[in-house]
Amino acid sequence: MKPSLQRGDRIVLEREHFQNLLDALNKKGYQIIGPTLGEGSIIYGKLSCVSDLPIGWTDEQEGGMYHLKKRGDNALFGYTVGPHSWKNFLFPSVQQLLQAKREGKGFQVNRKREEIPKFAFLGARSCDIYAITIQDKVFIKGKFVDPHYASRRGDTFIVAVNCGKAGGTCFCVSMGTGPRADLGFDIAMTEVLKSDRHYFLVELGTERGAEIFQEIPYKNASEEERATANTVVENTAKHMGRYMNTDHIKDLLYRNYEHPRWNDVAERCLACANCTMVCPTCFCTTVEDTGDVPGGHAERWRKLDSCFNLDHSYIHGGSTRYSIRSRYRQWMIHKIATWIDQFGTTGCVGCGRCITWCPVAIDITEEARAIRKSEQAAE
Amino acid sequence: MQTPESSLAEHPFLKDLNPRLITFLAGCALSTQFHKNQFIFREGEEANYFYIILDGKVAIELFAPERGSITIQTIGEGEVLGWSWLIPPHRWRFDARAIESTRAIALDGRCLRSKCEEDHELGYEVLKRFASVITSRLEATRLQLLDVYGAHV
Amino acid sequence: MINNIPEPMTPNVFRINKKYKETHDTFTIELEPTQGTDEFFFSPGQFNMLYVFGVGEAPISISGDPKNPKTLKHTIRVVGTVTKAMYRLKRGEVLGVRGPFGSHWPSENAVGKDVIIIAGGIGLAPLRPVVYQLISQREKYRKVVLLYGARTPEDILYTYDLEQWQRRFDIEIKITVDAAAENWRGDVGVVTTLIRKISFDPSHMIGMICGPEIMMRFTVAELQNCGVGKENIFLSMERNMRCGIGFCGHCQFGPVFVCKEGPVFNYECIENFFGTREI
Repeated sequence: MKPSLQRGDRIVLEREHFQNLLDALNKKGYQIIGPTLGEGSIIYGKLSCVSDLPIGWTDEQEGGMYHLKKRGDNALFGYTVGPHSWKNFLFPSVQQLLQAKREGKGFQVNRKREEIPKFAFLGARSCDIYAITIQDKVFIKGKFVDPHYASRRGDTFIVAVNCGKAGGTCFCVSMGTGPRADLGFDIAMTEVLKSDRHYFLVELGTERGAEIFQEIPYKNASEEERATANTVVENTAKHMGRYMNTDHIKDLLYRNYEHPRWNDVAERCLACANCTMVCPTCFCTTVEDTGDVPGGHAERWRKLDSCFNLDHSYIHGGSTRYSIRSRYRQWMIHKIATWIDQFGTTGCVGCGRCITWCPVAIDITEEARAIRKSEQAAE
Repeated sequence: MQTPESSLAEHPFLKDLNPRLITFLAGCALSTQFHKNQFIFREGEEANYFYIILDGKVAIELFAPERGSITIQTIGEGEVLGWSWLIPPHRWRFDARAIESTRAIALDGRCLRSKCEEDHELGYEVLKRFASVITSRLEATRLQLLDVYGAHV
Repeated sequence: MINNIPEPMTPNVFRINKKYKETHDTFTIELEPTQGTDEFFFSPGQFNMLYVFGVGEAPISISGDPKNPKTLKHTIRVVGTVTKAMYRLKRGEVLGVRGPFGSHWPSENAVGKDVIIIAGGIGLAPLRPVVYQLISQREKYRKVVLLYGARTPEDILYTYDLEQWQRRFDIEIKITVDAAAENWRGDVGVVTTLIRKISFDPSHMIGMICGPEIMMRFTVAELQNCGVGKENIFLSMERNMRCGIGFCGHCQFGPVFVCKEGPVFNYECIENFFGTREI
């Protein structure tokens, strides 16, 4: 038996042993979820073999634009984030909350819970890990605990990947959420591709992260290997596609509820809700109650909703946020201002998905910049 | 026994008015009382007075065929009734009916109009106070118009 | 372990013991739990999520007496699908109840002060519990005044309670309607006009307001005109709610969740965005 590994240790995993990591996670009973090709992009799905990863693929992203292309090498993680995020698994877009059946004049609620697999998220990016900790604050760190989220989140094992490439719409550096994973992971890896060698510098974040490596071949990381991995991440940080000045951003937006820029963005915004669907932190849901025709069986479903929908703010007789202007404003001010008051952190992690997947390329960093600039010009 | 002059001085409508002007106003004032259901004035009549209400309650009404009299507003203690005396053609636009026994000081509009023309300080004070009453009534009317308790809000 | 977390979205089954009409579009139901305890404790101002089997759920404020936990009362205005379905329920049938949720009126802050309660329309329903509470501990407060505005005399809620309260000498009740026929002997005019007709100490008072947002806006302005500080004004807000527990995101009102931090807010805490359009 090898000398035992500890939290905080840094080791090297060769590419040829990567499958051992998947096998070890499988053996521990985890269902491995990670990046894979699908729907014309890189999405998250079940993985069993290294070859399920989008090996050698990368993505190009810009406002309103995403496409895949070959890299010319065999990188396992040579891309950034796609339209999916981990909320697809922790917080599914459609979820049954309860079933009830009529009994006499009353009804009986069936409290049976769904069976949830123990998840291992492989290839979680730092921005997305921050997004998970943000949703944790919404669903499990407040006065009420959402049992559905809590049971899915449970003991999710997180294999982080420090980004070796910045996307065209990335701005995690501005938001302080990346590109190096610094919290919430069991193990964090940096992929190093050299002409003669392909390996991963692994940082062990937890005891159970260390435990996983008991049956995987590894070696301790040399100073040089560490330095090389650092250079990879530092280089990513230097190439962010977007930038947002977050200096006093809450106050900036609170001062500007009536800024003409909201009219401007409302002219472009289609209120399609794409940004809220791809956002890894957006959590609005609607609750739908249904009943069968004979009236004996009822169900309650929770479905992902969006503040861009007119119904979102409906109270008897009308919607509080009728104009698209007010709905875009609600989304953006919530994301980077009111969220801070609500949960002590911004709701934006700089992943850039809302920019990439906006059909008309509305860019939250650009909108924030326009408002800030107009104030500076007025001074 | 309160004189019209002391009642005027204490009334919120004339709060902080120069005592000289109070005395001036008292020259046009007459204490008066209306019994329950008595009309104080009716729509279309010449508006020769306005009323500083000391106590009681007055309904301002409008008659609509089939619906009968509709109360638009009620006015009570500390308030003032009527501004048509001030604005041509000096005719009442609504009915005013005491719905409780009501004590008031009636001020003679014709007398006051000419005094206001002579003494612009008095005229300005009177207009200022009526402007404030008219504004708050307009605001209240606008809110009523919104029908905020209706099902559509 | 995780499977033991209570499901906050599961309603408890309550039976309708009484149901009566209040006005042409409002009714009150009295509920009793069918399982577990027979008592339901709440603080005045809080609300429940009421569920009609197979139809849906709606947030409804609690309008009974907090000192009588054996009867849970809700006054409901028939405005949408769910409230219509509630209206069709009969005595003996059941409703799902989740709650109580939200913040409450600041009765404890009001001790030793004048309490001015201002209600508009159905806004009297969430204020009635606080009136019961103030009356039951009347000696703790100075003046207690209830100003109530309704659409027409026929829309006045709780006439039986109002008449009883009007007979008391230790609570002042003023009612006004927006429009009335000539047989109405009460006041006609908006509820804000009543504020000028009462006397209170603006520096030692607590104002509690509930009604349509426009009515509350003008009421706050009128109280401030009278010299009332914003820290002494409290109001109950309404927003769309799908869950009542801060998960669904619908009831956001600027930085606050009406279901969690509200529905009762201190005006000072929401002043900066209270008047913002479409917020």
